[in-house]
Amino acid sequence: MKHLRFWTLWRRNSRVWRKHVMATLIGNLGQPLLFLLAMGYGIGHEMQTIDGLTYLQFLAPGLVTSSVMYSAAFETTYGSYTRLSMQKTYEAILMTPLGITDIALGEIFWGASKGLLSAIIMLAMLPLFGVWPSIWTLALLPVLFMSGVFFAAFGLIMTALASSYEFFNYFISLILTPLFLFSGIFFPLKTIVPSARIFFELLPLTPIVTLSRMLCYGQFHEPWLLKIAGSLLLTLFTCWLSVIFLRKRLIQ
Amino acid sequence: MTSTQTAPQTAGAVTPAAGDDIIVQVSGLCKFFGSRRAVDNVSFTIRQGECVGFLGPNGAGKTTTINMLLGLVEKSGGTMRIMHLDIPAQQQEAKCFIGVVPQTDSLDPDLTVEENLLTYASYFNITGRKARAKSAELLEFFALANRRQEIIEHLSGGQRRRLLLARALINEPKLLILDEPTVGLDPQARHLIWERLEILQQQGTTMLLTSHYLDEVEHLSSRVLILDHGKIVAQGVPQQLITELVGIDVFVIEGTTAELDALEKSFKQCEATTERVNDKLYAYTQEDCSRLESLLKKSRSWLRRPANLEDLFIQLTGRSLRES
Ligand SMILES: Nc1ncnc2c1ncn2[C@@H]1O[C@H](COP(=O)(O)OP(=O)(O)O)[C@@H](O)[C@H]1O
Ligand SMILES: [Mg+2]
Repeated sequence: MKHLRFWTLWRRNSRVWRKHVMATLIGNLGQPLLFLLAMGYGIGHEMQTIDGLTYLQFLAPGLVTSSVMYSAAFETTYGSYTRLSMQKTYEAILMTPLGITDIALGEIFWGASKGLLSAIIMLAMLPLFGVWPSIWTLALLPVLFMSGVFFAAFGLIMTALASSYEFFNYFISLILTPLFLFSGIFFPLKTIVPSARIFFELLPLTPIVTLSRMLCYGQFHEPWLLKIAGSLLLTLFTCWLSVIFLRKRLIQ
Repeated sequence: MTSTQTAPQTAGAVTPAAGDDIIVQVSGLCKFFGSRRAVDNVSFTIRQGECVGFLGPNGAGKTTTINMLLGLVEKSGGTMRIMHLDIPAQQQEAKCFIGVVPQTDSLDPDLTVEENLLTYASYFNITGRKARAKSAELLEFFALANRRQEIIEHLSGGQRRRLLLARALINEPKLLILDEPTVGLDPQARHLIWERLEILQQQGTTMLLTSHYLDEVEHLSSRVLILDHGKIVAQGVPQQLITELVGIDVFVIEGTTAELDALEKSFKQCEATTERVNDKLYAYTQEDCSRLESLLKKSRSWLRRPANLEDLFIQLTGRSLRES
């Protein structure tokens, strides 16, 4: 099973993860759930519906995608950087038949799996807030996994460039937080003037948020295939880049 | 600990066909970091069943050479073959046959002792019952069986190093590469490791070994390569090299400058090379000079001992300290 070697690294990570499941789950799910509670319940009551959705309904699918983004990206930054620098896990792995590509894929798929898991848990909890996802939500899961792959690969590039944990502050403040705020999770992008809107539509999280909202409520008013195809291309490109950057970092 | 224990099986025990016993072949290997020549035109061969000692002061280029064999450092020039596989083109295949004890501890602190071995085994596609049996065998051999469920943090330095060795043997390697496997350990821990290496060596495991404990290298290695400033300055059978390049006996004599000056002259007449370090005279004799011992009675202190690898090492690489 030569081409599935990366899977062994995935299993190594899951073995470690199982030892402290609760702590990591709370870490990954805490923020989006609190947002849902505060924004959805707190200020949601005062707001009119958006495209026929209550504010809570509008917000929920987007927050699910943000939990994918954060779980995947945190795993391949803080988690991977610890393995890269302090624990020398990659160095040890490179003495086995696994290569750089296997390490990158193992880490990326692991990060994406954690992202998908937080998404599933959040989706399963939505009925508690009175939000009922449609059956189409099952089709959303692979899309969310793909988004997890993208953000895990992005995080891994940051890890390959990092010289300390502080470096990730840039990644979070300059990339993840703006994406969280401006990808149409909290307000509809329609409200932005068309000339500026195109920029926000092209942010990597935006199509995922849109798809998430569409599939969650079984609506198909937007060009979903285009969004999936575009995101997939971007994801593949980012994975390829992450292998290049990781090789630069690990091989002198 | 007894050394009568059975050693874990390694692939080294198999006798190869004649002429087909070359495990490592390196020729003209170079590595430049900017203008620094870390490894400069290094060539050597390691045959089946040999234990080759790789010596040199800090910064000589030992780790860089090993890392090039492992594909962790890109070569600047030269060719490398392991088991007739071209490195780095067939690196991944070659790694199936190699076991490595790295210079820096890279045990997985998130996993227990046994999980470390099982996880590492899985990278070699060794799983299930086979992996568990191999891991149990190795833990037994390295006296870690009662530490199976321990987390890595709770192990002593010696135990960690033994676990690194066990990990390196998990794939029954044809070539075992050890980069300073006993550095920083107390004598007891060191001896336990050397005892195990000796068993592996007797059993025919091919090894490439770097260490700063030269007496131990001398004891284990059938051949040594001495590296300095990235170049091989000598290679051969340790005892032969010592006799050829250093001599048979070493006299170390303390005394006043005048006394030592006089003694130096006498030793020169007896085919000896001499060296003065502070208020000491070192004389390396190429023939039996025991007749000179009567002259030494007046000296503050003196001793005579057989020349060893350390003398050779100092002779070739000098006494000055090296920055690593
Ligand atoms: N990544 C690197 N970048 C620049 N110089 C390096 C690097 N790695 C090693 N060196 C230099 O190469 C030389 C050989 O180092 P090394 O192989 O570690 O020596 P040894 O293992 O024999 O002590 C040293 O001068 C070291 O400073
Ligand atoms: Mg070294």
